[in-house]
Amino acid sequence: MAGATTTVRMVVNGEAREGAAEGRTTLVEFLRETLRLTGAHIGCDTSQCGACVVHMDGVSVKACSVLAHEADGAEIRTIEGMAEADGSLGVIQRAFREHHALQCGFCTPGMVMSAADLLARNAAPTGAEVRDWLEGNICRCTGYHNIVKAILAAAAEMRGEATAAE
Amino acid sequence: MPKDDVIGGAMKRREDLRFLKGKGRYVDDMNRPGQAYVYFLRSPVAHATIAKLDIAAAAAAPGVVRILTAADFEAFGGVPCGWQVTDKDGQPMKEPKHPILAEGKVRHVGDPICGVIATSLAEARDAAEMIEVEFGELPAVIDMPSATTSGVAVHDEAPDNVCYDWEFGDKAAAETAFSGAARIVSLELTNNRLAPNPMEPRCAIGEYDDSGDQHTLYTTSQNPHVIRLLMGAFVLGLPEHKLRVVAPDVGGGFGSKIYHYAEEAFVTHAAKVVGRPVKWTADRSEAFISDAHGRDHVTKAELALDAEGHFLGLRVDSQANMGAYLSTFAPSIPTWLHGTLLAGQYRTPAIFIRMRAMFTNTVPVDAYRGAGRPEATYLLERLVEQAGRETGLGPVEIRRRNFIGKDQFPYDTPVAVTYDTGDFDATMDKALEIADFAGFPARQAEAKARGKLRGVGFSSYIEACGIAPSSLVGALGARAGLYEAATIRVNPTGSVTVFTGSHSHGQGHETTFAQVVADQLGLPADSIEIVHGDTANVPFGMGTYGSRSLAVGGSAIVKAVDKIVDKSKKIAAHLLEAAETDIVFEDGMFKVAGTDKAKAFAEVSLAAYVPHQYPIEELEPGLEETAFYDPKNFTYPAGTYIAEVEVDPGTGEVTLMSLAAADDFGKVVNPMIVEGQVHGGLAQGVGQAVLEHAIYDESGQLLTGSYMDYAMPRAADLPDFLVDHSCQTPCTHNPLGAKGCGEAGAIGSPPAVVNAVLDALGPLGVKTIDMPLTPNRVWAAISAAGGAAAASAGAAASMAASTPANLATGVGTPAEPAAEPVAAPASAAAAAPAPVSVSPEATTIRATHLRVRPSEPRVQPAALKVRPAAPRVRRGL
Amino acid sequence: MYAFDYDKPADLAGALAALKAEDAKALAGGQSLIPTLKQRLAQPSTLVDLKGLPELQGVSVDAASVTIGAAARHAAVAEHAEVVKAIPALAALAGKIGDPQVRNRGSLGGSLANNDPSACYPSAALALGATIKTDRREIGADAFFQGLYETALEEDELIVSVSFPIPEAAGYAKFVQPASRFALTAVFVAKFAAGVRVAVTGAGESGVFRHAALEQALTASFAPQAVEGVAVSADGLIEDLHGTPAYRANLIKVMAGRATAEALG
Repeated sequence: MAGATTTVRMVVNGEAREGAAEGRTTLVEFLRETLRLTGAHIGCDTSQCGACVVHMDGVSVKACSVLAHEADGAEIRTIEGMAEADGSLGVIQRAFREHHALQCGFCTPGMVMSAADLLARNAAPTGAEVRDWLEGNICRCTGYHNIVKAILAAAAEMRGEATAAE
Repeated sequence: MPKDDVIGGAMKRREDLRFLKGKGRYVDDMNRPGQAYVYFLRSPVAHATIAKLDIAAAAAAPGVVRILTAADFEAFGGVPCGWQVTDKDGQPMKEPKHPILAEGKVRHVGDPICGVIATSLAEARDAAEMIEVEFGELPAVIDMPSATTSGVAVHDEAPDNVCYDWEFGDKAAAETAFSGAARIVSLELTNNRLAPNPMEPRCAIGEYDDSGDQHTLYTTSQNPHVIRLLMGAFVLGLPEHKLRVVAPDVGGGFGSKIYHYAEEAFVTHAAKVVGRPVKWTADRSEAFISDAHGRDHVTKAELALDAEGHFLGLRVDSQANMGAYLSTFAPSIPTWLHGTLLAGQYRTPAIFIRMRAMFTNTVPVDAYRGAGRPEATYLLERLVEQAGRETGLGPVEIRRRNFIGKDQFPYDTPVAVTYDTGDFDATMDKALEIADFAGFPARQAEAKARGKLRGVGFSSYIEACGIAPSSLVGALGARAGLYEAATIRVNPTGSVTVFTGSHSHGQGHETTFAQVVADQLGLPADSIEIVHGDTANVPFGMGTYGSRSLAVGGSAIVKAVDKIVDKSKKIAAHLLEAAETDIVFEDGMFKVAGTDKAKAFAEVSLAAYVPHQYPIEELEPGLEETAFYDPKNFTYPAGTYIAEVEVDPGTGEVTLMSLAAADDFGKVVNPMIVEGQVHGGLAQGVGQAVLEHAIYDESGQLLTGSYMDYAMPRAADLPDFLVDHSCQTPCTHNPLGAKGCGEAGAIGSPPAVVNAVLDALGPLGVKTIDMPLTPNRVWAAISAAGGAAAASAGAAASMAASTPANLATGVGTPAEPAAEPVAAPASAAAAAPAPVSVSPEATTIRATHLRVRPSEPRVQPAALKVRPAAPRVRRGL
Repeated sequence: MYAFDYDKPADLAGALAALKAEDAKALAGGQSLIPTLKQRLAQPSTLVDLKGLPELQGVSVDAASVTIGAAARHAAVAEHAEVVKAIPALAALAGKIGDPQVRNRGSLGGSLANNDPSACYPSAALALGATIKTDRREIGADAFFQGLYETALEEDELIVSVSFPIPEAAGYAKFVQPASRFALTAVFVAKFAAGVRVAVTGAGESGVFRHAALEQALTASFAPQAVEGVAVSADGLIEDLHGTPAYRANLIKVMAGRATAEALG
């Protein structure tokens, strides 16, 4: 009979975590229901909306399309791990607030995680590059205008050119 | 740096901190102790009798707690409708029952048949596959124009599938106007059906505490009090004091979370039946077939003009899709929220509309961002643009010639509403400026050199927000009042807690409302907390929709603040030993006019709660006030939008190059939030114009049932927007002077975009086209107009020869191309439906229309569950 | 998803052994398979994870060809400096698959084995005349793709690597289906000394295919204008919500022209 439940171990936001998972348990289910990290959301079932984006071994993935067992031994970073050590917002988070890049907040964790992956690869993206990169993240509230602005501002701050927030 | 926590300040949002840290509190983030999960078995067919339902095997499956069927809800009411529209003959609309679970008959794909409650969602879903349902399939009613003559009734109460046949306006005056017209401009068009798609799918948790006979429902709602009233009074028979409804953080709504849905009643009742909390979370595919859809009109519209291009009359004959059941506000959308806006920004003296609402075997249709006003604006602004083209006056002059002048307010339109303020020339001027309209010819020439067809399109919209007053809407058929409520609780040390009946699901009320109170009380926003979303602690209010929160909910807050200030003055007068009439309230201080004697706000509040020195004979202790605000009129935001597009003649692809929006929202509290609201509305409007379409095939399967086929606007589909709200004619009848900004973008933008594409394609001979402007549809329009060869000169490749049959699709056809006439019932199959036995493994819902693209060939034959209906040919571009 | 077991063998031999189990199924990047499983359209007993198999890793480039391990992620191919230099159109194609998160997980082997009629990679493999190396043999691309989701692979056969001959020039033009972001129709054009090969994806009812008339025209004259006189039939093309066969026929021609322009830089 298929469907064994076994232990999965991963480092989440710098902390070793483990829990039981069936073969069919997705990473986002494991994070939300087992580890109770509910920042990553589930907005679709066809791997398109990107509300569940987290980092796995340093790159952004859709946690709804990764099995928990595939992440066994991996380093996972979620929105809960994006703030500074003192609890203040990180650069991208701060830029999102400063530029009103979120409304209902549901897509936001995935947007921030996706943006972080982009800026790790491309320190100085153009607006068009930001828009292309966000192909896998759907926002229904903002029309993306301010999300693009925020990511460009965060990139500038990370390059030391300006600050994303006063 | 100036203070930003006042009216007019771009204060950063307070709610952002939790959202950005992943600490939002959405319903699906909650798990209640001992919670079970429900999976709904939904109809895979559009129209059928339920010949047999056998749950025995499923009930015995691992983890199953209980399976509830329609029989378990026999004692209860159906999902109620909140608005009764009266037919042109004075008869009430047809209002068939909308059961919680299908009673003997399913009427749309997705209609819930039973709910399987199990200890895990996976077990519930596994068990649902063991349920055996035998359907007696009936022909589906999908196409509206043929619904009256199809001979198939969605409901026995409406044999011709007409819910109501409504007329509004002055028919005779309109006919006179048309008979004397120098020119008549006419259009047949469709307003495409949309799926609202807030990013958070709906979710509900029911909980029951038998020690106090207390029910709690956690739900993704825009208006928890409305849900408590509708579900408590009309469905489950629960009095308010035994039912608490909580809508915590909600991930967008756009209308689709206004309504009371069957799943809410199910989990509330089920929690009591099984003695443990019951949770339901929709997945996206389920949302597509269970959330109310929006729009879906088929329209014929005509505009009569005199020889100088003045509008004389407007006639509209439309059909609106209600879907299979009447959703909460559905009947009001094509009527009172649509017909009353047909004057637009113009002085058209005679207007008449006939609107027939149709039942079909599709998901219910209700308000979606704009709700009736986008449909009115679309037909009107398409007509006006065409009139500008046909008269040679052009898009600007035809509008200016007919605008209501800024000195004509208040203006009584011939469609029963009175606009209080506006300055339509000002927003037109501003739009022309920010769009750099003067530079368009140069941009068009540059595009031509690149082989692209560039066009510009206009839309001058007006809409109505904050639907009111209650006495009027009651006369029009509303079964509820439309006021809003607020309670201001000044705490002993001077901090303030505001309880609002409005609900924030992205609008930023925790910020904007705090600004309003901070401004009025002269306090820092940090000392003000906004509480919403829980019937246990907020006053009875109507929630958030129709861009009403600031104009109505914010006004209720201002009224409550006024009461606080009035009482505080009395207390201050006592403390300062002065006459109440000498007390002035400035910058958070109660001062005796003309002296330096003053008491701070916190000193007064402390005195109210520690009434040692207090006018206790005349005044109660404490400082807490509630206000209910019922507006005198709607508010009327208006503006002009200008879109520029480029069409690739080789592929038909439409690229939105720029979109300029000049809006008059009256007084603005937080410009940052207002702009964000406009951006979001624009994106949804562009989505309707270019990308989005909920398409049913003739058998009633939703072909666009997932993000694989329903095209949501993405970042790269949109440009940076050009928005301006500096034209401000404050609303004259609410204390904030605010009009409402939440829906304008979605109302004003679709005709601007379509008009721009028609401008680009006009030289090729394309006269009209329906939304959405998909590449195939645009290419087909170009080809059908015979413009292909000319258009593609300069492009990388010319058009392939194409057969006419493939080109006609979507061009100038008023009806949904996908919707073929329903098979006449004369066929034996229809008259005596053959039961279609759905075997256990075939009861998995949505297997065929939820097409996840990459199916695996080796497993497909065994595991793919094919619905036993006619093979589908996907059509309908 | 239906319940299944998860297995992560250490090497190719272990994977082949694991796949012998009844209803066992290979899991590559999972970007197509997992959404499919979520819809309960498949019911494997065990998923055998191939991503870590050492035999399936690596990218190597020599004078004649680019060889890519089956487990190579789309993002890795798109960003691989040597691939970008040797066959820029191939790297560009990999950089256009799905979205960034799909590209961070999805793999070459998974894409080819799945042979989705709207996937990008099959068109590159077919147009470039790639050789698909499996655990037991080598299969030429012309023989590999056998119809909708059908390939020459046997039930338990695994792709190990794929070798793409380096063309004189190549270009890929993709017209995106606006919802799914798969190809509504896309064309890969590759010019070799022996002639031009043109592969079309997203359009054919039987999946990816070569277009003889376009190949002939572009072999005669490798220029965008060369496609203009070519008659592209709508027969056998997909009809769905997003495009009629006639529209797809038009797109084949337009995209072939644009891919050629791309190839010419």
